[in-house]
Amino acid sequence: MANHLDISGDFPLLARTVNDAPLTYLDNAATTQKPHAVIDAIRHYYEHYNANVHRAAHRLADEATAAMEAARTKVKDLLGAADSREIIFTRGTTESINLVAASLTERLKPGDEVLITEMEHHSNIVPWQMLCQRSGARLVAARVTVHGEIDLDDFHAKLSQRTKLVALAHVSNALGTLNPVEALIQAAHDRGALALIDGAQAVQHLDVDVRRLDCDFYAFSAHKTFGPTGIGALYGKAALLEEMPPYQGGGEMIEHVTIDTTTYNQLPYKFEAGTPNIAGAVGFGTAMDYLRQLPRPELRRREQALLHLALSRLKQIPGVRIIGDPQERSSIISFLIDGGHAHDFGTLLDQQGVAVRTGHHCAMPLMERLGVSGTIRASFALYNSEADVGRLIAGVEKAMEFV
Amino acid sequence: MTTRIALLDAPAPPQPSAMDLDAIREAFAFFDAWEDKYRFIIDLGKELPDMDEAQKAPANLVRGCQSQVWLVVEMHNGAMRFAIDSDAHIVRGLIAIILAAFQDRPAAAIRAFNIEGLFAELDLLKHLSPVRGNGLRAMVGRIHQEAQRSAAAELAELRAQAGKGG
Repeated sequence: MANHLDISGDFPLLARTVNDAPLTYLDNAATTQKPHAVIDAIRHYYEHYNANVHRAAHRLADEATAAMEAARTKVKDLLGAADSREIIFTRGTTESINLVAASLTERLKPGDEVLITEMEHHSNIVPWQMLCQRSGARLVAARVTVHGEIDLDDFHAKLSQRTKLVALAHVSNALGTLNPVEALIQAAHDRGALALIDGAQAVQHLDVDVRRLDCDFYAFSAHKTFGPTGIGALYGKAALLEEMPPYQGGGEMIEHVTIDTTTYNQLPYKFEAGTPNIAGAVGFGTAMDYLRQLPRPELRRREQALLHLALSRLKQIPGVRIIGDPQERSSIISFLIDGGHAHDFGTLLDQQGVAVRTGHHCAMPLMERLGVSGTIRASFALYNSEADVGRLIAGVEKAMEFV
Repeated sequence: MTTRIALLDAPAPPQPSAMDLDAIREAFAFFDAWEDKYRFIIDLGKELPDMDEAQKAPANLVRGCQSQVWLVVEMHNGAMRFAIDSDAHIVRGLIAIILAAFQDRPAAAIRAFNIEGLFAELDLLKHLSPVRGNGLRAMVGRIHQEAQRSAAAELAELRAQAGKGG
């Protein structure tokens, strides 16, 4: 491996040990570790220019506001959006989706449909269920094949004139399936439906270009992309966001308030009630900088190679069953091992310093569809190495001796 | 959820291979390597009597995040007899440890027993932590709930008897 492709030294946490073993962090789909640059930027903000934004007339507030708006521009640039006004800061992917679901309520009426898929994360299911309860619309889910891919025939059959919105994951958080979102967004538009993409598992691993995708909304979280927890973004086409009513009321989102009525602030502030997560935005912006300065094409090729190395080595172990066999896969492997519960193996791997996630991965409909109660999930980031794959495989082989 | 506790006057049937708490403590004191400890826990789980399949009903499920845990309790002459099972080996082993502390004990003794202290002593506390999501914490909570309910019922009965006597 070329040295400049080993970026693990940028991430202080990766140097620690767990249960007296070197940490093998393969739970990146849950959250990634943070580089020095992000940690330092947050610290620097609190030590040097902490102030509330967009309000006060003093120097600190100017600096904090400038940093927050610079972060917005960095997110815009990474997503390839046209205008910073199209980037709304939220608490993360979940809130981004909830914002859209809340603000679209009045556009949906009984008889309308929202189309999702069976492989969605609960955060791309439940907000739509709630929207449907409020509006009388119906939630419809396209089937997933035994390979863990969207059943495209079923998707197209369920997409109709009644469909007002299509919401789907760019990459499945449970299986790693990379969905053909560009074609599906096009299909949605052909039927006059809006399209929202849940990009939580995509932004770190793929080059996302919202204008090329032509999605109406794109949601993602900073913390799965080397940034801090508690902040994320919603991209929305400006014309749509202009039409949509605010999500929450409060300070910052207003232009003028009387006791009887309020005129709302312009984009993006209309959707950002209350004091925002300023430190989070600073860290988020720094994470975008960090990602952009990396040799991403090479790192992603390397990550993809590691993924397939892990996949092929797991497949060689008798008793290991890979869950989902998509043609296009990104960064995630779900598997089960004969003779024990996923939880048993998660515990035995943890004892060896290998961090994986076990359970239903907040995708219970998908687990039910695939006939499993949960899986063991190993998920990679750009900083993982061949040594991590080796320790995963050794850990699995050792755990299997116990049951 | 409300569970009805069966109150039986007959003595409890003998419990097969109920593990002695002191024996568990002694064994744990010898373990240096995590491998030995977890092998022992998994073996304890293998010795845990299986629950009747019929009892593995949704009503008896203790909601945990990952592994499933079923719990049924009966009262025998004032002692609480539990049947608990799980679909995960390690959780079954941890259940065996919990039963070593709780099985066939009166409700008051169960409520008084410091189970967190035992898990800390055995260096298993992480399995009781809320983030583990293995249902163990919920299970202990449920046992304490049942013990409290049983103690309250006993007290009510005593009061009723005292009332009759007076």
